Amino acid sequence: MDKMKVEELNLHYGSFHALKNINLPIPEHKITAFIGPSGCGKSTLLKSLNRMNDLVEGCKIDGKVTLDGTDIYKNMDVNALRKRVGMVFQKPNPFPMSIYDNIAYGPRTHGIHNKAQLDEIVERSLRDAAIWDEVKDRLQKNAMGLSGGQQQRICIARALAVDPEVLLMDEATSALDPISTSKIEDLSMELKDKLTIVMVTHNMQQAVRVSDQTVFFLLGEIIEYGDTQQIFSMPKEKKTEDYITGRFG
Amino acid sequence: MMSKTRKIEAVLWKFLVKLAAVLTMAVLLFIVIYILIKGIPNLSLGLFSLHYTTDNQSIVPSLLHTIELTLMGLLLAVPLGIFAAVFMNEYAKKGSKLVALTSITSETLTGIPSIVYGLFGLLFFVEACHLRKTLLAGALTIAIMVLPTILRTTQEALMAVPDTFREASYGLGAGKLRTVFKVILPTAMPGILSGIILAIGRIVGESAALIYTAGTITDKYAGPLDSGRTLAVHMYLLSNEGLYTDQAYATAVVLLVLVLLLNLGSKAVADRITKERN
Amino acid sequence: MKQAKERIMQVVFALCACVSILAVILICVFLFANGIPGIAKIGPLKFFTGTTWKPGNDKYGILPMIMGSIYVTGGAILIGVPIGLLTAVYMAKFCNRKLYRVMKPATELLAGIPSVVYGFFGIKVLVPMVRNVFGGDGNSILTASILLGVMILPTIIGVIEPAIRAVPESYYEGALALGATHERSIFSVMLPAAKSGILAGIILGIGRAMGETMAVVMVCGNQTRMPAGILKGARTLTANIVMDMGYATGLHREALIATGVVLFVFILIINLSFSVLKRRKA
Repeated sequence: MDKMKVEELNLHYGSFHALKNINLPIPEHKITAFIGPSGCGKSTLLKSLNRMNDLVEGCKIDGKVTLDGTDIYKNMDVNALRKRVGMVFQKPNPFPMSIYDNIAYGPRTHGIHNKAQLDEIVERSLRDAAIWDEVKDRLQKNAMGLSGGQQQRICIARALAVDPEVLLMDEATSALDPISTSKIEDLSMELKDKLTIVMVTHNMQQAVRVSDQTVFFLLGEIIEYGDTQQIFSMPKEKKTEDYITGRFG
Repeated sequence: MMSKTRKIEAVLWKFLVKLAAVLTMAVLLFIVIYILIKGIPNLSLGLFSLHYTTDNQSIVPSLLHTIELTLMGLLLAVPLGIFAAVFMNEYAKKGSKLVALTSITSETLTGIPSIVYGLFGLLFFVEACHLRKTLLAGALTIAIMVLPTILRTTQEALMAVPDTFREASYGLGAGKLRTVFKVILPTAMPGILSGIILAIGRIVGESAALIYTAGTITDKYAGPLDSGRTLAVHMYLLSNEGLYTDQAYATAVVLLVLVLLLNLGSKAVADRITKERN
Repeated sequence: MKQAKERIMQVVFALCACVSILAVILICVFLFANGIPGIAKIGPLKFFTGTTWKPGNDKYGILPMIMGSIYVTGGAILIGVPIGLLTAVYMAKFCNRKLYRVMKPATELLAGIPSVVYGFFGIKVLVPMVRNVFGGDGNSILTASILLGVMILPTIIGVIEPAIRAVPESYYEGALALGATHERSIFSVMLPAAKSGILAGIILGIGRAMGETMAVVMVCGNQTRMPAGILKGARTLTANIVMDMGYATGLHREALIATGVVLFVFILIINLSFSVLKRRKA
């Protein structure tokens, strides 16, 4: 079952052709990992999945991206889309407000103001993000005071609080220490029962450890995608093999 | 031989540079200390009596007029300045003509001398708008005057808000308006606040722009539609009359301390932000 | 509904951004519309080159005030620029961080002191001082120049100090490597490299000095005659407006507004050159 589907997608930043003829299914309740060298377009494609590229001036998109069969560029309100397709960024970016208000920001945005209901959402999201025990006694403290790893889990909790169906993670562990990284990797594997995850990663071991499907990008094109085990053990394309083996020496 | 002249040259430059620095600091200290020493002994009870008479030269009415005028001025300039900055920083496209024009005109406004504002306020607000010489006319004039200060500081504060906050908010499905009001402006608030305090300092110290717009009445309390002199205007008239030297000294202390506190306050707020950022 | 709100607010924001444009237009329109007819009635030649300002006799020559402004501003620059420039050099290149952290806000405080307090200080300290040291009655071009020289210090330092700091350290190191002393490297290499910034600071200082009103009015004597020496009084353009506006009517009033127009145009030219310099630097 494909949760999202990218069809014949082309993306330009001004005159730069950043994504070329992308076709990709994103299976439900699976983790899809995007790998490839810097500047290959993997983050750009990720951001196309919840239209964060709309914010970039001079960005032009042709083709189709569907969520449950609906074209997200034609027949969907962008804010409603982003509620369904949440995002966690490379650098932890909690708002400079209390932990509670950070988590409640999304639900409040979408019209939930009932205190009891918000309390319930905050607790559930923090539990889901495996950080409840660490912060439950200081929910009113500023989130900026937490460590990087905790901040990133706060950001995951914040994304979960609006009940997304898809979670996009843009190198979400690259700024973190190994322990925090492994916590977040474990977390994503637990979360995939509830939602679909797409992650961009620089770390190929992470892709192997965590993902079900791996997509290899080069210069704005998808060279190859498929089952993670297959991509890393017997890639069909020479370029994929070069990249993978090159990286591991 | 050569190296000796060079050495002398170096010593001379060093001396001059230090002398200038000492002079600059000395001037500031001298002015402040002089006013304090001469003024504080003259701070009499009469100066703070509730009713102004020509004997006591009470500053209470002008102090209240100053507060009234400042509040009215801010009420106009703060939302205008903040909203304009929000437009320029969050909404306008790169290279927008409107933004360029706003920047140029706001820079122009910064350079216009306060007497020209006074003249304009007299011609436009006092006469063309039939407001007469009132605190309201003064407030309108002064609002235009401090608008660029608030615009610029807000813009700087908005620019300092990391894009990651915007992304995070949009990523949660928030619209632009919500992102601006719930995330961007609160984050930028300390910077904006330091700009507002700076603007208050300018309003409190202003005289040339007000003397022909807000008027000079001081013996009764003025409402927005009455004429009333502010503390700085009072100070000017008092020292020009040359009759009430003691009261003038005392008034100068109050004015100076008020303005210096406001400037220090603005600085302190700004410093706290930089510290928090690091 | 939500989208309508977004749209409306976007328009509101855009309108607020237009306010400063509108303000500049209004200021220009009202000043020129009220001032130009006066100049026409008086006769441009008589107005700009007439040396007598006698409203009682319907004589409105503002040359004395133009000269007064130029003298006072020139004096302020002669006093303020060397001190300001050297102080800026000290802050950028000589003082340690701790001292800098005191000096920076101190120079900014100098900008925060209200004109009337400067003027009052001038009346009480500078006027008697000039009278005792140099003679005359103390209300003079010299007094006003000293006072304004101090008042423009923060402006000059505020522009020049960052400009010096912005010169790449490699220039300085290059000069040192050639055997120049610390001082020589700074004055022969760093300052020339920062010259457009320094010039911008001076221009902004000129603008401030020319536009200053109350402090000048309080110490400059305000006589409406051609400047006759630095120990004699003079009237500036700004002072002319403040002195007479309170009671002027008819043509006299128009002549005062026209004085404002002249001042405004001067300031616009000064500011324009400032922004041109700033752009070129950037």
